[in-house]
Amino acid sequence: MLTSIKTNKFEGSKTKELAMMYFRVAIILFGAQLLFGLVAAIQFLVPGFLFELLDFSVARTVHINALVVWMLYAMIGSVYFMLDDETEVEGVGIGLGKLAFWILTAAVTVVVLVYILVQVGAGTEASIWFINEGREYIEAPRWADIGIVVVVLVFYWNVFATYLKGKQTGIMTVMVADLLALAGLYMAGMFFTDNISMDQFWWWWVIHLWVEATWEVFVGTLAAFALIKIIGAKREIVEMWLWIEVLMLFGSGILGMGHHYFWIGTPEYWWEIGALFSALEPVPLVAMFVHVLYDWGKEQGIAKAAGKTGSVMNNGPAMAWIVTNAFGNFLGAGIWGFFHTLPQVNIYTHGTQFTAAHGHLAFFGAYATILIGMMYMGVQYAYGIERLRATFKSKMGIFLITFGVLGMGIALTIAGYEQVLVERAELGGGWNAFFAAQELPWYIQSMMWRAIMGVVTFVGFIYLVWDLLTIGAQAKKAQA
Amino acid sequence: MANENVSVWTSIPFWRRSAAWVTGFATILLIWLSFDTLGQISMNEDIKMNIDGKEVNKRVPGPTVINYKIGYAMSKERGHEVPTIGEKQPFFGKEWSQKEAADLLHLGKLTSQAKNCMNCHTLLGNGAYFAPDLTKAWLDPAWQNGGPLQGMTGKNTVEEAMAEFLQHPSQYPTHARMMPDLGITADEAKGLVAFLKHMSSIDTNGFPRNFSKTVEQFKAGGTNAH
Ligand code: HEM
Ligand code: HEM
Ligand SMILES: [Fe+2]
Repeated sequence: MLTSIKTNKFEGSKTKELAMMYFRVAIILFGAQLLFGLVAAIQFLVPGFLFELLDFSVARTVHINALVVWMLYAMIGSVYFMLDDETEVEGVGIGLGKLAFWILTAAVTVVVLVYILVQVGAGTEASIWFINEGREYIEAPRWADIGIVVVVLVFYWNVFATYLKGKQTGIMTVMVADLLALAGLYMAGMFFTDNISMDQFWWWWVIHLWVEATWEVFVGTLAAFALIKIIGAKREIVEMWLWIEVLMLFGSGILGMGHHYFWIGTPEYWWEIGALFSALEPVPLVAMFVHVLYDWGKEQGIAKAAGKTGSVMNNGPAMAWIVTNAFGNFLGAGIWGFFHTLPQVNIYTHGTQFTAAHGHLAFFGAYATILIGMMYMGVQYAYGIERLRATFKSKMGIFLITFGVLGMGIALTIAGYEQVLVERAELGGGWNAFFAAQELPWYIQSMMWRAIMGVVTFVGFIYLVWDLLTIGAQAKKAQA
Repeated sequence: MANENVSVWTSIPFWRRSAAWVTGFATILLIWLSFDTLGQISMNEDIKMNIDGKEVNKRVPGPTVINYKIGYAMSKERGHEVPTIGEKQPFFGKEWSQKEAADLLHLGKLTSQAKNCMNCHTLLGNGAYFAPDLTKAWLDPAWQNGGPLQGMTGKNTVEEAMAEFLQHPSQYPTHARMMPDLGITADEAKGLVAFLKHMSSIDTNGFPRNFSKTVEQFKAGGTNAH
């Protein structure tokens, strides 16, 4: 990755050059996400920390925005990375794509600086347009929303025109259709209303239909591509599975939206619809996990039967992250999601640290993992490595990050249980009940562990970056 | 595989078609239900009361609801608490016309976004978990007459106490974890209180559950919170 930062010129594909540009910004934003998360975690323990300088709301805004943006960057990078392999032609408008990249990156920088330095505005439309829209995850001010739409149109045109020009594989067909839905949904979050119920109704169209529908299909597509590349899985099998995954993911995830319409002013029928369809959402996640492991075992078995020794994978660290993805998606989204998805449970867990536990495990398990895997594929390509083997640093990276996030997830789950029982069931909610639950030693202890595990995650991140910067050159030397 | 029609279960075109049908069907159902829901959650211009025996089926009352006393009472029929709209009650000492009430709510909602309330608090249960849920904050016993939050501000109505707190939150610490000063002006504070009062009147299907328990707890001498 480092060489490609210096020269930014590959001998190979121009399209992948652009992919690497997106990956680089993504990993920097991931680091920013973790740092601001640590600030917010400390503020739970030391309330005076940066009080009225960089308040919890500011730290948290940067934490979750950096999260969404780094993932979108890594997703765009991944699409460019697979685009020329799948279509077998060079991307059609890479020059324009690079311009769009720089515009987007400049805009993101300004938005983040305004979050940190300006923080809040007066209660006027101008604040919504230029400072902060104040809606969780999609806080970006309206000017940036419009800029994002323009840049995404350039990206989409690039992908779509290349798709039309080149070969139209099943993987690419799913990708092109999914990206259209993903981009279109963003616009459901771009208007203002005085009606808070209406506000939340459309807000979930972006958040839920992203993470539990379009992003999941995106991950299915990436995994299909990566399995072909890394272990040489058969395209027919992988593509058939992909269509089944699309069927199950959209079949459950679209109406599963009902699980956010239990308590925001929306009618009771969402109880049944939300419960039924969201309870089915874990099914495709189990299927995806089985699929990855099954294909891996099968390819290894075929190789062994043919008398070959050694592993079928040509990229150890990428495969490790993809298997972590397959399991993490099932665990964080599937299991932790199912825990609180029935209205009978959700009325107590709604808006507690339990939600945060699920949010961390799901975003990490389902998305962070596979996108890091794609970065390793990028490094492998950039250095022309035939077989990329995990180093000590790769192993420390994946182990510490996964262990850290799992630890945070468990700590938050315990805090969530305590809130459910004490704040909600025993005391019945409200100001006093909230603080009573926040001040019990059980809760404070959980917050302590969350902060410790956050530091573990961050140390893992350092190993990860160090590895991404060095593994390519090291492997190339060994190869020569 | 795909070229030989051995079995439909291994046929890519079959799964592709099925995926398209299922996705299309789910999407159409979602859009259809959304139309119904949007009708039910849109705001009336005014609050048509259920006083004169007529149930209003809109679940989100109009902005003029700020002119009425709001409660949250157990409904036997529905099995959970439901907001009630009672007799008239002055809000900041007066009755607000339709236009005035709408403008005030508009200012309050804008301010809630410009000040990023949602990244510490939850609204309707969504947001951050650093500070108390605001869904029924207007009804919280701590803000009522005799409650410690109203008491500390030295005001004698809920709206004035809340507005005072919002303008100078760090002057009224209730816990080590404090709300920061967000530069909220007197007008913005009024708007925010209107926004909170309006939110408390929304029919949230019983969330937060057991809220009346917190009221009883309170009357019995509070909780172990300080
Ligand atoms: C990778 C997929 C997923 C991701 C990234 C994800 C992420 C999240 C996040 C971040 C929230 C909190 C939103 C907020 O801040 O208010 C949330 C809420 C929720 N998620 Fe997921 N989720 C995923 C999949 C699922 C699945 C499969 C289910 C159910 C089986 C589920 C059930 C829920 C429920 C019920 C809530 C509402 C929690 C509450 O009432 O406070 N999620 N999800
Ligand atoms: C150094 C590690 C991390 C720390 C210390 C940390 C800390 C925090 C804190 C304090 C919050 C605010 C929760 C609240 O409102 O009470 C938060 C929210 C969140 N974080 Fe992290 N975080 C870390 C890493 C991550 C990672 C790796 C991910 C995902 C890949 C992530 C995703 C999220 C999400 C989705 C939310 C919003 C959750 C919700 O609203 O339910 N965080 N984090
Ligand atoms: Fe959801």
